[in-house]
Amino acid sequence: MPQQYRLILKNIDAPGYTNDLDCYVRHGGYEALKKAFEMGPRVSPDGGTVSGPEKIRKTVLESGLRGRGGAGFSAGLKWSFVDRKSGKPIYLICNADESEPGTFKDRQIIYKDPHQLIEGMIISCYANDVHLAYIYIRGEFPEGARILKRALAEAKAKNLLGKKILGSDYDLEIYIHRGAGAYICGEETGLIESLEGKRAYPRIKPPYFPAILGLYMCPTIVNNVETLCHVRHIVNMGGADYAKLGTPNNTGTRIVSLSGQVKKPGYYEIEVGKVTIGELINHENFGGGLLDGRKLKAIIPGGSSAKVFKAGEKFKLKKKGADGQMTTVEVDMLDLPYDFDSLQAAGSMSGSSAIIVMDDSVDIVEALANLSEFYAHESCGQCTPCREGSLWMSKALHRMTHGEGRKQDADYLLNIAQNIQGRTICAFGEACSWPVLSFVKKFKDEFEAKGAADESRNKVAATSKVTIAASPQR
Amino acid sequence: MSFTIPIELEAELNELVTHYPQKRSASLMFLHAIQEHFGYISKEAMEWTAAKLELSPINIYELVTFYPMFRQEPAGKYQIKVCRTLSCALAGSGKLHKHFCEKFGLDSHAHGVQTSKDGEFSVEFVECLASCGTGPVMMCNEDFYEAVSNSKADEILQTCK
Ligand SMILES: Cc1cc2nc3c(=O)[nH]c(=O)nc-3n(C[C@H](O)[C@H](O)[C@H](O)COP(=O)(O)O)c2cc1C
Ligand code: SF4
Ligand code: FES
Repeated sequence: MPQQYRLILKNIDAPGYTNDLDCYVRHGGYEALKKAFEMGPRVSPDGGTVSGPEKIRKTVLESGLRGRGGAGFSAGLKWSFVDRKSGKPIYLICNADESEPGTFKDRQIIYKDPHQLIEGMIISCYANDVHLAYIYIRGEFPEGARILKRALAEAKAKNLLGKKILGSDYDLEIYIHRGAGAYICGEETGLIESLEGKRAYPRIKPPYFPAILGLYMCPTIVNNVETLCHVRHIVNMGGADYAKLGTPNNTGTRIVSLSGQVKKPGYYEIEVGKVTIGELINHENFGGGLLDGRKLKAIIPGGSSAKVFKAGEKFKLKKKGADGQMTTVEVDMLDLPYDFDSLQAAGSMSGSSAIIVMDDSVDIVEALANLSEFYAHESCGQCTPCREGSLWMSKALHRMTHGEGRKQDADYLLNIAQNIQGRTICAFGEACSWPVLSFVKKFKDEFEAKGAADESRNKVAATSKVTIAASPQR
Repeated sequence: MSFTIPIELEAELNELVTHYPQKRSASLMFLHAIQEHFGYISKEAMEWTAAKLELSPINIYELVTFYPMFRQEPAGKYQIKVCRTLSCALAGSGKLHKHFCEKFGLDSHAHGVQTSKDGEFSVEFVECLASCGTGPVMMCNEDFYEAVSNSKADEILQTCK
């Protein structure tokens, strides 16, 4: 029976569990930090012997942990790219911007178990010789920022932060930095600019890879809230044992945010790849199925930027058989294991692990119009294709949802989207064009029918009246 | 016009500067603190902030115009922010936004911020508030509310007195 596996969420929502330090310590909190400090001496990187921090970095690499923020990049590898020879300070930033529509997992950790994040951060900072770190939290979490501030003060009072932590020779300060309502601050280089006190204009890569030229042009690690929490468990369990959770190359657990038209939306932690999309939506341990009398129409599998899956869609996936031979199997969308690789192989992504479910009551054109309005609002405006294109797409979809569609709008939208992706500074270009490309391609009949219906109706109106009222544009 | 701020607030701001190796980094946190205290960020406040952080006024002005949460004019005493994005839309946030607009004589087609005539309430659509499983969600000033039906909305308004 498919079940939750609560590692990160173990205590969250347990009766009587509170977000203060004492409660966290009573539940085994900060034991992993002590263990991390005991993993070996902290000798200089050139000192010859393998230092404690180096051992932690190896453990994280061995665990197979992949980033939980969006791209699913190996955390251990990312850490290995950090320029440790530059002589500049190394910074770590926790990405707590949680702004990908559909995603609400980091919120749970920040509000209900802030010390888990702080412990994960301290270990990660220690492992990477970081002495100054920031939590970049979205502006819309004012209470979350207060909770973290209090938690940091508690940790400092117990010498878990500050100078000579727990009697070691290690110093660390963590500060909170609040965003102010811009989605693009979630993109790591935009976030860095914002932390430098500027507009969140993403930087071009190369050369501005954070691991080399990040915050204040110094080597910088940016990791998601959930990713940093996993580090604590990896140190507790050991890398090899952690890697036994989940499936090969998709190790560990992951919190899935399930929203939209299901009976029980919510956050569910699973072993990566051990539960299918269909089970997440329909099984009583998870979403509990669609609302009564409704049929599935589509799902967005990994946050609003991920390409949509249409109900009934089938994918051909390569699978390794018992004899080690690769065979191709046909898999229904609902039978896809929820992991990084399967969703990518199916042409989408698990992104921020947020599933948005849409049933047959949804007008697919309206759903896309809603998302496109989001992207038009959130483009930072640096790149012409993204700034103009996201607005054109949103305007066309606004027309289409206000009775002024045209049959050729479907192709018009595809054309714009194709001209954005791959031509921009940051991945927002893909984020805004993928929904359009996938919605329009997979539901082209509905887009064309809607446009055609408007067109013929407006033709009749135009011959009887001289002017057509313009739709109210914002 | 000169701009003065209370001593306690200035102390808080001075402390914020110590969090960063470069002063400029403190500007967003400054603007939050100033907006929290004065309700909005005036031209004088921007100039004051710039001088305090050894920047040109444009360095601050460009932030206030870029980040949606900052405003240059006072908003309503109670600011209602309804999430507009897909999951909340599927759960009925359009209806909720309309309910507030109708209550305060505002245009429900407008998505940006609008303030009631008496200056008490402002209503706006905002993007995903990261609680998509409990939509429709909203904020009233700094308080956050989930699964807001029209009747729950009226109860929330009752507390705004
Ligand atoms: C447009 C855009 C928005 C993003 N928003 C977020 C976000 O809100 N939170 C997050 O953790 N990562 C976000 N990311 C991904 C970050 O750029 C970065 O890859 C991530 O924080 C790295 O952490 P991880 O390796 O631990 O996943 C976003 C990326 C893009 C392109
Ligand atoms: S792709 Fe869009 S969001 Fe990213 S830098 Fe360019 S304009 Fe800004
Ligand atoms: S869509 Fe409303 S909180 Fe995410």
